[in-house]
Amino acid sequence: MTEITSLSLFELIKNIKEKNISSNEVAKSFIDRSEKSKKLNAYVTENFENCLKLSKEFDNKPNFDLKLPGIPIAVKDLFCTNEVRTTAGSNILNNFVPSYESTVTQNIWNEGGILLGKLNCDEFAMGSSNETSFFGNVQNPIAKDLVPGGSSGGSSSALAANLTPITIGTDTGGSIRQPASFTGTVGLKPTYGSCSRYGIVAFASSLDQAGPMSKDVKDSSILLEVISSFDKKDSTSIDFQRNNYSSELTRNIKGIKIGIPKEYRVDGMPGEIESLWKKGIEYAKDCGAEIIDISLPHTSYALPTYYIVAPAEASSNLARYDGVKYGLRSSGKSLIDMYEKTRSEGFGEEVKRRIMIGTYVLSSGYYDAYYLKAQKVRQLIKQDFDQAYNKVDAILTPSTPSSAFKIGEKSNDPVSMYLNDIFTVPVNLAGLPGISIPAGVDKNNYPLGLQIIGKPFDEQTVLNIAYSMEEKINYKNNITDWWME
Amino acid sequence: MTIDLKTVKHISKLARISLEEKKAEKLANDMNSIFEFIEKLNELKTENVEPLTSIAETTLRFREDKITSDNIREKILKNSPEKNDDFFVVPKVVE
Repeated sequence: MTEITSLSLFELIKNIKEKNISSNEVAKSFIDRSEKSKKLNAYVTENFENCLKLSKEFDNKPNFDLKLPGIPIAVKDLFCTNEVRTTAGSNILNNFVPSYESTVTQNIWNEGGILLGKLNCDEFAMGSSNETSFFGNVQNPIAKDLVPGGSSGGSSSALAANLTPITIGTDTGGSIRQPASFTGTVGLKPTYGSCSRYGIVAFASSLDQAGPMSKDVKDSSILLEVISSFDKKDSTSIDFQRNNYSSELTRNIKGIKIGIPKEYRVDGMPGEIESLWKKGIEYAKDCGAEIIDISLPHTSYALPTYYIVAPAEASSNLARYDGVKYGLRSSGKSLIDMYEKTRSEGFGEEVKRRIMIGTYVLSSGYYDAYYLKAQKVRQLIKQDFDQAYNKVDAILTPSTPSSAFKIGEKSNDPVSMYLNDIFTVPVNLAGLPGISIPAGVDKNNYPLGLQIIGKPFDEQTVLNIAYSMEEKINYKNNITDWWME
Repeated sequence: MTIDLKTVKHISKLARISLEEKKAEKLANDMNSIFEFIEKLNELKTENVEPLTSIAETTLRFREDKITSDNIREKILKNSPEKNDDFFVVPKVVE
């Protein structure tokens, strides 16, 4: 039999249900491989002992009707987990142990999933390379000293290295799709309001959305079905009829109209991204889709809009870290002095930079010029998509303007780092579902992804197109376990 | 438009983040390059555009004003950097 850790989630579930393997064996396999993979630095907190205990409990009293029967799962360390340390990749939450559980993770445990551990991420999810984490860089299993993308970099690394069968990330401007693209894995950002934000450490509340990351499209459909739910505890959770994403999954996309936005041909885009996109269009045609040229005229304004909206919301959300009720406290002469020192020592450079930008754009006299202006442009960006969706069912673009880059390569230039999210950010601004699937490699053999963007609440079509194209693309990661001794 | 050192220091006060002189200069440079990038939005005329305040086209729900959690005082206090019986402790604020 193939190694347990290289099985897909679907295959694992099947084998557990057929009693070919036990939950405990599965847990042991992933833990064993994770122990040998410390060099990747994917984990911030391990929950291995508890995971073994719970898997035994599952095997003693199995329930095979559950959707994730006894499946061990590591999650991004941005999800609050009851009694398990949750750091958001920050020094300021280094010692924080939540007394409650996020809705998304609770949904996973309710369906039989078992927590393996908490995965590294950019600090407060602010970054595109996992280099802003207080807990250090994460290695991309594809090659040494390559970033795994971010902010869900620990998640993408652990998934691609087979340290967890599936995982969940969060995506504010591309933080699921970009790391998926960099590691040859699948990552889905659902429609805003699909997955509850309750218990997720907040970054930019009007953009944040949790979603599945997996080795293939089918696995993402299984996990989406578990984590997407209406939740009263999240004031922007939306009560809509959710599909049975995995059972409704089909490769038949004949006649589906897929739009190709001309504005995504950005200046300086490498030729290999352009040719990947062209190949993608051919694959989509082979699958039976109809290709239609569309225009999203305000695309180039998406990143500047995002870099007002996201920092503004972040500066407000992160005001809670004051050293009083939880988290790090530095000593100060007075209350204000204590606040200022705590926040200065507790936050890293990128987080401070964004809090400063956010504070500035919201400060007296500048609100109209920046924040209000950005909200207006955000409206125009959303209208672009609304109009496009009168003509097409989905949109196909590259996931990122380049493949994974080297650790340290972009860390001194914030703007060049931000440009990484050029194709993913518009999707968050418009609240749409988007998936990244691996579609090829560049000249260094580093993975490249294609993005499929859907109509609001139409994750099913996005998944179906991805499922259909995945079969044609037939991408396989070539991972050599170079980090093991 | 450029953000000068004085502005950076003012913003850091508002954000309650203490800032060393050397770091302030670097931050001013970073912020200027980011704002240069943001200025692109001024190309667009937006007088007649409604700002998008919420992507979810629903009105916020009301809930009953009642307590839903159990007695969690101890659990909450467990995470506090400094406590005294049932209270969070902060540096003295009244002389």
